[in-house]
Amino acid sequence: MLPIWRLLLVLSAVVLAACGNGQTTTTVTLTGSSTIGPVMTEVARRYEAANPTIRVDVQTGGSSRGIQDARTGLADIGMSSRALKPAEAEGANQHILARDGVAFLLHASNPVDSLSDDQLRDIYLGRISNWQQVGGKDAPITAISRANGRSELNIFQDYFDVAERQIKPDLIAGENQQGIKLVAGNPDAIIYMSIGTAETDQQAGVPIKLLPLAGVPASSQTVADGSFPMSRVLILVTRDDLAPAAKQVLDYALSPAVHDLIEAQAFVPAR
Amino acid sequence: MPASASRLDPDRLLTGGLRLCAAFSAALLILVVIFLLLQAGPVLDAIGPWRLFADDGWFPADTAAAGQFSIVALLAGSGAVAFGATVLAAPLAIASAVFCRFVAPPRIGQLFRRMLEVLAGVPSVVFGFWGLVVLVPLINRWQPPGASVLAGALVLGLMILPTIALLADSALRSVPRATLSAAAALGLSRWRTALQVALPAARGGVVTGIILGVARAIGETMAVLMVCGNVVQVPASVFEPVRTLTANIALEMAYAYGDHRSALFLTGLVLTLLVIALVLVAELGRGANARRTAHG
Repeated sequence: MLPIWRLLLVLSAVVLAACGNGQTTTTVTLTGSSTIGPVMTEVARRYEAANPTIRVDVQTGGSSRGIQDARTGLADIGMSSRALKPAEAEGANQHILARDGVAFLLHASNPVDSLSDDQLRDIYLGRISNWQQVGGKDAPITAISRANGRSELNIFQDYFDVAERQIKPDLIAGENQQGIKLVAGNPDAIIYMSIGTAETDQQAGVPIKLLPLAGVPASSQTVADGSFPMSRVLILVTRDDLAPAAKQVLDYALSPAVHDLIEAQAFVPAR
Repeated sequence: MPASASRLDPDRLLTGGLRLCAAFSAALLILVVIFLLLQAGPVLDAIGPWRLFADDGWFPADTAAAGQFSIVALLAGSGAVAFGATVLAAPLAIASAVFCRFVAPPRIGQLFRRMLEVLAGVPSVVFGFWGLVVLVPLINRWQPPGASVLAGALVLGLMILPTIALLADSALRSVPRATLSAAAALGLSRWRTALQVALPAARGGVVTGIILGVARAIGETMAVLMVCGNVVQVPASVFEPVRTLTANIALEMAYAYGDHRSALFLTGLVLTLLVIALVLVAELGRGANARRTAHG
């Protein structure tokens, strides 16, 4: 009699039908590091093409979130671009996916070609503020650091042994792409970033250059052979009670079948 | 007969349904505040409201004891950027509204209003991206490092300009026709009618528009994150970078744990209360203006 009841009936039928459809595919969720995210998106695409009943959902939001999500069960697999803290490692299984180095980036037009560890440290501690002091032109240095919690900042702090409050940055960048745009748009800027991301963008024509560190050139080769000093491991994190579909995705990501995808992002696959 | 008819009275159904919708919308705000309070609870217990202002800077850590949680610099950052945006946008917006109502031919005025509406709908990330790749390098050539209070104020000013202009326009439209006719009868020029009769009469609505613009500027996140530089400091000039409360949450939430996470929810609570206070002020202003108009 009343149209509203009919409407409700139709609505509930639609909802039920949608639920019925959803059960034919299984979803595997990955969350975490925005450094690993793009690789795993490619891996997921290739895996889905071969396994149409499994959907792989890759979300980024930082290593800490990935580790937390994997441990709490919000995600099947967490992605971390830093070593786990002891508290985080408890009850978590770690699988090394690849290695990555963090290097310093300058604008391509900057005449400075190398900086010593001491010079880099002094730039970020605010003791050196003009490129002239390190053999460049007379221009103020724009030192860009990274936000609290990002793995690059942790690696930077470990390598130079400085506390966060000692760092006196001119700017702070969040996501990698924001950092790249800041350096590409500022000839006097310096930032530190994952070599993988920086190399990919450099090859794509973005006007940036990577500085050698302690005499070791910043490239995927030196990261691969372990000689690049400021480097990290890219880890996939899981729980013990991993769902079968998630286990398959994990095994696939760690297999040689995806090495070309990892190398395409300028990371070095774990052997 | 009346009793059975009233059971399915469409009017009653509609009233009941609308009440339910209204209650749901109102409950959402209350639930948001309660949720923020619950999430912020642990850090409030651990550090109390004092350390939010007394601590030595913003150096968050997983435990309250290990970190410093002063939000003074973040408040200053939000305040500086929102203030700058309002100072830049409000005069332009009010001028646009006056142009729309009193100067432009009706057709042009209508077109102009549509453009303002479209401008109000442009996603903030578009403004932010433009700011990051165009505006920041431009300011950098003049006053390094470029990402600064100024860049944030310019981008936010662009974003709140249509908000203020549209609200000012509708405030001018609601000025009683009799008032404008009286001005015309006195032989006042269009210019004087707009500036000395219509604008004062519409003052309440215009001020409300400005305050809502400020509220939007304070709440904006993505655009300021991209152009403000995000260094936690009280800015000494408009060329220095700052971090706003919103940008701080967006930058750190993904990596925050324990008391750090809780502290970010606390800053979210501060932001929400700030915006509620602004809207209340706007509402009070409008009420006062309505009374003044009624009596005058």
